Amino acid sequence: MKIAEMPAIASAFREIKSRAEAHWRELWDSGQPVIMISTATCGRAAGALEVLQTLRGEVKKQNLNCPVIEVGCMGHCYAEPMVIIYKPGYPAICYAHVNPVIAERLVKEFILGDDPCLEFVFGALEENDLVPSLADFPRANYEKKVILKNCGQIDPTEIDHYLANGGYASLAKALQVPAEEIVDEVRRSELRGRGGAGFPTGQKWEICRQAPGKPKYAICNGDEGDPGAFMDRAIMESDPHSVIEGMIIAGYAIGARYGYIYVRAEYPLAVERVQVALRQARKLNLLGKSILDSDFSFDIRLFQGSGAFVCGEETALIASLEGKPGIPYHRPPYPAVKGLYGKPTLFNNVKTLAYIRHIINHGAEWFASIGTERSKGTAVFALAGKVVNTGLAEVPMGTTLRQVIFDVGSGIPGGKRFKAVQIGGPSGGCLPESALDLPIDFDSLSDAGAMMGSGGMVVLDEDDCMVEISRYFLEFTQRESCGKCTPCRLGTKQMLEALDDIVLGQGRIEYLNTLSELAEEVKAGSLCGLGKTAPNPVLTTLRYFRDEYEAHIKEGRCPALMCRELIAYYILPEKCERSCDACVGTCTVEAITPDKKRIKVIDQEKCVKCGTCLDACPPQYNAVIKLSPPSEVPK
Amino acid sequence: MTELAPQETKQILKKFSRKRGNLIPILQKVQGRLGYLPREAMLEIAEFLNIPDIDVYSVVTFYNQFRLTPPGRHSIRVCLGTACHMKGGYITLDAWKRRLAIGRGETTPDREFDLDTVACVGCCTMAPVTVVDDKPQGKVEPTKVDGILLAFEWERGKKTKEGQ
Repeated sequence: MKIAEMPAIASAFREIKSRAEAHWRELWDSGQPVIMISTATCGRAAGALEVLQTLRGEVKKQNLNCPVIEVGCMGHCYAEPMVIIYKPGYPAICYAHVNPVIAERLVKEFILGDDPCLEFVFGALEENDLVPSLADFPRANYEKKVILKNCGQIDPTEIDHYLANGGYASLAKALQVPAEEIVDEVRRSELRGRGGAGFPTGQKWEICRQAPGKPKYAICNGDEGDPGAFMDRAIMESDPHSVIEGMIIAGYAIGARYGYIYVRAEYPLAVERVQVALRQARKLNLLGKSILDSDFSFDIRLFQGSGAFVCGEETALIASLEGKPGIPYHRPPYPAVKGLYGKPTLFNNVKTLAYIRHIINHGAEWFASIGTERSKGTAVFALAGKVVNTGLAEVPMGTTLRQVIFDVGSGIPGGKRFKAVQIGGPSGGCLPESALDLPIDFDSLSDAGAMMGSGGMVVLDEDDCMVEISRYFLEFTQRESCGKCTPCRLGTKQMLEALDDIVLGQGRIEYLNTLSELAEEVKAGSLCGLGKTAPNPVLTTLRYFRDEYEAHIKEGRCPALMCRELIAYYILPEKCERSCDACVGTCTVEAITPDKKRIKVIDQEKCVKCGTCLDACPPQYNAVIKLSPPSEVPK
Repeated sequence: MTELAPQETKQILKKFSRKRGNLIPILQKVQGRLGYLPREAMLEIAEFLNIPDIDVYSVVTFYNQFRLTPPGRHSIRVCLGTACHMKGGYITLDAWKRRLAIGRGETTPDREFDLDTVACVGCCTMAPVTVVDDKPQGKVEPTKVDGILLAFEWERGKKTKEGQ
């Protein structure tokens, strides 16, 4: 890419950047320690706000001058709340599972004193002689952070932090290059859309650029509706400017005048942080009229979704932006040609846009050198479920499922056995152990019946029932179906009823064939991605875990001991300890009472099967067990 | 509340232009103020945007976020995302139902609590999650449900005492 230097743009940007750098340096040159705390939604759920309050309170109480900064999510969600302390003379040290008590000690003993409280250390951010660094973690061998690099390292509400770390340099560079060259650069990088479908981004930009009609729109699809996925949330909360920068570049490349960032209503913090970021960008003339004194004008508005999964589908999203119910319509014409208000509209996922600045900055060849033959770059996964290191992971395309789950995620907790991984949300499928060595890219998983999708990965172990999980997904898609196409509206309902019967132990063996047949019909007869992929979880579980379906139907037994109608809790009299009353006290419905010998007995009539007693029974006794079918309980 | 609805709605409408595309943002603002969308407010909005009343109603009933009945003082949202479900979110939901003696989408008779589910709030690593008054709380199992309710009760007791 050859830059024909445009002095006005270059100098406007230099001025903004040098002011930001001065501000950033002020933070570090004062000689004060700096405390950073992750307060993204995952941190907040773990209690980060209380820790933040304690840190601020303690710093004030001790008359210290050190700044306490809120940052985003580093991806180690299992270790939240996380605090990073930068103290001159020490490496930057990261602390995990911080609670208000530990926070107080950190301030008193490390900031005020000189004891880095090694017992709470998670890892250092850089190599040093004092504590192991995050780079020494086994997962570091597999991870390659591109779009997650800033996450957890900068304050997402401070545009200066972003600017000082190379932010908006790609925009300044792009504005000095003809738009068609930007499109060409993205095309040559072979970036494919990260929303799930994997359509080549450069090609989409080219189509939209060529399409007649004005004004054109650029839309960032942040309607991350897949339950179990939170990559886009983390990026919008931790590094919102990277998405905005990518979007402005996209707008410039296709000649758009307006943009929308569509964020789910369930992500209030992402909404807030994107809102703040937009305001800051506008103030510095990185957004709005004549951006950086160029002749390109582009403005972005944030649009809050209202809780409809189907709005992740681009045509439904358009309907929603136009103030209508989110019901998809037929394509073609594709939105790139005829979209919002009938004008050419470019749709890109949050992650896709976050890659743009890196491609412009490092060049297409750099990006294309990462990943596999047909899928370039890195992939971001949200690891959740029965895995030790839940959180975010960014790895090069082509990494195998086994590496992601066992090396990055450190495997299954509690010594349990891996059963399946649910990948791609309600549109994806459940893959068994035998598929673990498949490299993950856009195309590799489709033969196995799943898809990479947007990157949600839920790990399931031996305690998870595969019939129940497919029922769960179908219940979700059935409820979220907009109702336009009959096969989707009624087919998913019929399938759900069959699955409901099976988990209640009332299924019949011919249901299994009915399910497969209906699945094919729903797929064939639906207009949008929701219906086309809704049966995937059922199809993959039928393919790989048919024996579980059969056990439910033929024996009334749930092999994973999960389906509540098919199990019973039972206290083994020979193991129950007479002096212990742990289960009696925790039972939420008072269904457990001691008998004459003080052996505890569960009243099966009262029991709601919540499992609290099983958790409460001390491990040295381990007297509570689950039995299936319930008739196994001795009378 | 319903008597005030038209005025409150009018206040909010002043900040918007009469474009159909503003319908959802308007509904969100009005619900943010009133807590729900009473009929009077919807009629006001339809008139403002010059669209049939039924169009407003169809949008309100299509999206999960909008509610037609007044909320409770405290909102309880049980997350039923994949991870939460597999870690027992449905058991947590049952516990809430049992303790509050109401079903999904209902409000307690004393208007203290309303109970609903949410598709996924994106803190799957803290599963099972319940969002209590906009604050996501991690690892909410049946015993923690009792704990949260106890905390509210204690809070209320303290306030009554102060009031006396």
